[in-house]
Amino acid sequence: MNGVRVFLLGGVISYRALFGFLHPAVFIPTLLVAPVFQILLFAYIGRSAGVGSDEFYVVGNALHSASLPCLWAMSHAIAGERFQQTLGYIFASPAPRVPLFLGRALPVVANGFLVAAFAFVVGGMILRIDVPLASLPSIALVTAVAALACTGLGLVNAALGLVIRDNSLVSNIIYGFLLVFTGANVAIAELPGWIGTVSHGLPLRHAIEAARRLADGETLGDVGGLVGAEALVGAVYAVLGFALIRAFEGLSRRRATLEVV
Amino acid sequence: MRTLRLLGVGCLVHGKMRFASPTVAALEMIWPLFFATIAFFLFRAGGGAEALVYASLGAAVMGVWSATSTASGNALQRERWHGTLELLAAAPVHFALILLPMTITLAALGIYGMVATLLWGRFLFGVDLPLEHPLAFAVALPLTIVSVGTAGFLLAVAFVRHRAGWALGNMLEYPVWLIAGFLVPLTLLPDWVRPISWALAPTWGMSAIREAASGGTPWPDIVVCAGIGAVYTAIGIVLVERMLRAAREKAALAPA
Repeated sequence: MNGVRVFLLGGVISYRALFGFLHPAVFIPTLLVAPVFQILLFAYIGRSAGVGSDEFYVVGNALHSASLPCLWAMSHAIAGERFQQTLGYIFASPAPRVPLFLGRALPVVANGFLVAAFAFVVGGMILRIDVPLASLPSIALVTAVAALACTGLGLVNAALGLVIRDNSLVSNIIYGFLLVFTGANVAIAELPGWIGTVSHGLPLRHAIEAARRLADGETLGDVGGLVGAEALVGAVYAVLGFALIRAFEGLSRRRATLEVV
Repeated sequence: MRTLRLLGVGCLVHGKMRFASPTVAALEMIWPLFFATIAFFLFRAGGGAEALVYASLGAAVMGVWSATSTASGNALQRERWHGTLELLAAAPVHFALILLPMTITLAALGIYGMVATLLWGRFLFGVDLPLEHPLAFAVALPLTIVSVGTAGFLLAVAFVRHRAGWALGNMLEYPVWLIAGFLVPLTLLPDWVRPISWALAPTWGMSAIREAASGGTPWPDIVVCAGIGAVYTAIGIVLVERMLRAAREKAALAPA
């Protein structure tokens, strides 16, 4: 029971306390407006280059924008303890570690889904893309799985934030890599082969492909394999992230370097 | 002379402070490369060598705006966190002369991203840049950087009362990339957007750089870019005066 409480209540409280983007003055410009302009930028670059349709860029960038909160919020919600000088209390607490850290991921998934959904709807309306209404629930499901997978990667990023002084650089670089490597803006077939191979191990790559096919009228059954692959990639990152957090916790105890990096 | 010295020393000090963090330096160089890479792939798939030159120059200048927008929005807030804002406001020189070097330095640091992007394009995508009017190019490039710095100055002053100015600056990164014609010709944008593009100094700076590189007529663009930069500076100075007057009346330089 205590574990459930730590998971749900502790997760939400920590998230609200530590994710500094939640104030509307930050949330609206960075997590709502910027992703829409990211869609417009690439859609117009695509028009300028004569490559891809508006729908291609709306789907790719909307799903990619889920990584924005998933990377930064996850990092704030765990590594933020270091900057608040409360990491010691967390590590000294007898709370079970799985609900303690994974509970913070749940609001991040919801945030990632919200950001991606907003970007998809608003970007799609501005560029007037034509997506079958029947496909929307399936696209919503794929978006949720993408947010889940990105949050797994966010956990790895958060773990790194425990040992790296400035985690924002890592978050930015991961965000940029996802932009190039997941096919959000350049079709995987147009990218060099090795990038296509690497992309299979990244979140978003399968979800973006699945969402594009759904937007073209295919059914959830047709893209089930891609959705499963996306969920699997996310699960692997989540396990790796949690393992790293535990490893760094142990390391900081042994070296007495809890908040000294 | 004293003014020039103040601007020069200000740029030097802020440049050193900014680059005290290797993180910042790395990000200035790496961040534009992601967008440049996508642009190179897209333009290579859709066009020929000319399109790649277009993409290379545009992506390179994008880095200058990128280095300026977020950090300028946050420039005064950062001084406030350091506890130096009141000292700077009380200095016996015009506050604009303190703020301008900060934002011009931020824009100038975009040169790292610019060079990195051009080299990235040259060695990974084989983009050979033409340089038909070297003199005009040599004038257009620093002028564009300074004009972007003056736009940053305007942002810094305009957002001073905003608690999260960095977020507003961050929000403006993509829109300016889009409507200043870095990678998208203005003719592709809706008609109502064009007057906004014309009011942006980077639009004219970008056009001047392209014209100088390709052998067109860069000088009219250079003149307009300089003129708009001067207008930004003048508006910024007026806003600085108003900000300082309001701060003295309320005994607060920024929101608590």
